[in-house]
Amino acid sequence: MTQSTLTINGHAKTIEAPPMKRLLDVLREDLHLTGAKEGCGEGECGACAILLNGDLVNSCLIPVLQAEGAEITTIEGLAIDKKLHPIQQCFLENGGAQCGICTPGMILATHHLLDKHPQPTLLQIQEGLSGNLCRCTGYMRIFNAVEAAALTGAAK
Amino acid sequence: MTNPHQIVGQSPLRKEGAAKVLGRAQYVDDITLPGMWYGATVRSTIPRGRISSIKLDPSFPWHEYTIVSAADIPGENTIVHLTKDHPCLATTHVNHDSEPILLLAHPDKAALPPAVAAVHIAYEVLPAIYTIEESEQQKEIIWGEDNTFKTYLMQKDRQPIPDEIWQQADFIVEGEYRTGAQEQLYIENNGVIAEYDPEAGVTVRGSMQCPFYLVHALTLVFNLPPEKCRVIQTETGGAFGGKEDFPSVIGSHAALLAMKSGHPVKICYDRAEDMAATTKRHPSRTRHRTAVSKDGKLLAGEIDFAIDGGAYATLSPVVLSRGTIHAPGPYHWPHLTVRAKAMATNIPPHGAFRGFGAPQSIFALERHMDKIAKVVGLTPEEFRRRNFLTTGDRTATGQLLSDPIDMQALLTRALKESNYHAKRAQFEKENPTRTIKRGIGFATFFHGAGFTGSGERRLASEVAIDVTPEGRPRLLVSSTEFGQGTNTILCQVAADALALPYEEVLIAQPDTAHVPNSGPTVASRTAMIVGKLVERASTQLLEKLRTEAALPTPHTAEDFKQAALRYTQQLGNLEVCVRYEAPGDIFWDDDTYSGDAYPAYAWAVYVAEVAVDTTTYTATVTDFHALQEVGRVLHPILAAGQVEGGVAQAIGYALYEKCIWQNGHLANNQMTNYIMPTSADLPPIHVHFEETPCHHGPGGAKGIGELPMDGPAPAILNAIEQATGIAFTEIPLLPEDIFERMTLTPDSGTEALNPAIAGPIFSETTA
Repeated sequence: MTQSTLTINGHAKTIEAPPMKRLLDVLREDLHLTGAKEGCGEGECGACAILLNGDLVNSCLIPVLQAEGAEITTIEGLAIDKKLHPIQQCFLENGGAQCGICTPGMILATHHLLDKHPQPTLLQIQEGLSGNLCRCTGYMRIFNAVEAAALTGAAK
Repeated sequence: MTNPHQIVGQSPLRKEGAAKVLGRAQYVDDITLPGMWYGATVRSTIPRGRISSIKLDPSFPWHEYTIVSAADIPGENTIVHLTKDHPCLATTHVNHDSEPILLLAHPDKAALPPAVAAVHIAYEVLPAIYTIEESEQQKEIIWGEDNTFKTYLMQKDRQPIPDEIWQQADFIVEGEYRTGAQEQLYIENNGVIAEYDPEAGVTVRGSMQCPFYLVHALTLVFNLPPEKCRVIQTETGGAFGGKEDFPSVIGSHAALLAMKSGHPVKICYDRAEDMAATTKRHPSRTRHRTAVSKDGKLLAGEIDFAIDGGAYATLSPVVLSRGTIHAPGPYHWPHLTVRAKAMATNIPPHGAFRGFGAPQSIFALERHMDKIAKVVGLTPEEFRRRNFLTTGDRTATGQLLSDPIDMQALLTRALKESNYHAKRAQFEKENPTRTIKRGIGFATFFHGAGFTGSGERRLASEVAIDVTPEGRPRLLVSSTEFGQGTNTILCQVAADALALPYEEVLIAQPDTAHVPNSGPTVASRTAMIVGKLVERASTQLLEKLRTEAALPTPHTAEDFKQAALRYTQQLGNLEVCVRYEAPGDIFWDDDTYSGDAYPAYAWAVYVAEVAVDTTTYTATVTDFHALQEVGRVLHPILAAGQVEGGVAQAIGYALYEKCIWQNGHLANNQMTNYIMPTSADLPPIHVHFEETPCHHGPGGAKGIGELPMDGPAPAILNAIEQATGIAFTEIPLLPEDIFERMTLTPDSGTEALNPAIAGPIFSETTA
């Protein structure tokens, strides 16, 4: 067991865990933040995607020791004062979420994309989300949601 | 009555949408019960054999674990679907790789993989069979007397094809077509949590489509009455058929562990286990022999349709049935015989997957139609136009098509929307000088909504509606939400029937202790069949409140609430339950396999545009138009989302997704090497609807869920034929397959003419 200190959604947390425990399991089991999902366990599907120091990462591939001192944003940290974040609102209104299992990762990937490209082209959207698999939507409504979010200036 | 809030046909927010975008929706793996343990499955590592010994490593701390074998099953050792051939746990023999043999539970999830590895099973290996051909040849009998799960004979007018038709035909066109297995690849793996109480019985909650299927399975495994087998659906992260029959397996397993351990037990598969052990789409082989006149009229067709069901029957007989009925497509066949069979192999059992047999037989037909057109010398468009079914025609099962159908108009519109003619001409001209060859192709097809044949009559589904203590209406159905929009569309239908705002209508979590059996959430039946029941139940509730609780006409939401509260205070519980009544004009005869196969059909034309890179041999879909007539669109955003998602899955089916079996084991059981389309792989998908209201569904709606899985694969391969000049006959079609055929020497040819039989016969070996 080692002790790690992380900032999760703006709050400092100290965690006792085996150093190689996956960040995904620390979030879900130790911190009860179950918004990040396990889809494949090998970094292919992006269902466990979170923001780590502003980077979009698959939390199933990160041992907790590597996250020491990091600032982490999960889906639970995105809503503003209990209101939906504009990206969440746009996913909801545009049919960007169907079964919803990829949605937390997809929304964080969108957040990351809009940080880099506040007015992304379709190609930038397609590339920016290509690490997040969705089996329900065929992605079309997700692209619409991202475009709508960009119009709201959602990144900031 | 007009509803000022009319919501059917609009796109209100998905009922459970806010919880999903907030990451708060509770999927089964997000739930932890007090004292909960974790379960794992010890599986066979060979495809077929006799279990000679099971040894537990003596140095392992087994006292910490609960171990379940078939001997612990209190009832029957079977997972019941349509038959009882499928054991819950193997005892003496295994019939496929990854077959469950023992179950283990432990308080610490991490303690399970070493325990699975510490069980040593020895086998006497028996020869295994892996293909439809090996199963037909009966070198090994692995199921029943002849490896055959089910056969059907479907004959137009219940008559054989007269011999003279073949003699008089100007052309006889033959072809053989194959489709591969496909993984559903829902992003949430199969998972459940089970509890056991000696008094209350078994409770299983988890990711699933059909809670009452699991109830049925549990009653046999535990020898308990249905009221002691409670099943609760949790938020479900995709299903596509993959959570239709399989939850009966994992649910029974977890419940056995819960009973023996005395703890709630969670089993959530990881991706590798889910892909290796759970069901896939049935692989298929279809052979066509078609008699055609020189003016392009279909005279007769013989279709031999075979599917690989894997090691146990599961749902293969009904998958085969849907595939059989869809095999003739939306065409008029003066004479037709379809012989169909589902065969056993030593592959993990295949099961339900969106489309349910239809994508397989439609792929074959729509490739074959392009081939016939070429032989006859007509365009694919003109040949189809000369043979479309129309209003007043009868299908191959003798069903009179009394609803308006206009395939001619659908085809005209789809080709216009996709700019088909101009593009076809342009590609024709450009391709000879380009390294990237382009093509455009289409498929025309139908998909029946609801259970096949007498299924709905037998199901006799029930829907209830009650009011909450706050006076709000609440739907009680076992129909599940797994992304397609069940919650939302059923509440829309109820809202309109109740003349209330959509926001006022609630829907209960599917919990078999509280909801009636509205049937499984499958077969494109929810909108049409369950929706119609919801409409009826809502109308009756409203009538009850008008006659017994003085609800005024018209009413406001507040009037409704007050009337509902008045009713419950004065008369007690307010609940209305309605049961499916088969329409008087729908009849099916199982014995002769004829009659009205489905209450209604959706009709569609899909157009695909492709680019084939002759340097890399990669085929890419570059544009896609999906036009369908679906009765009434209940929710435009959800409906378009269904079509887009289905088209994406079907593009994967055609060009990306290949199951590689080695000794009956899925070798690529990972997302790393089983490739589904990403956001960067898909073309724009343009969705167009035509609406011709159908009286079987609420507000005129028919089914839509499976339809988009049917058309894309043949449309894509038809387009690839224009691009490359090669008539590929098998999917998935990967770059290595295209490479192999494009680099063949020209005289190893494709079209062979057999002058020995009257009339030229065009036959072709499989690519």
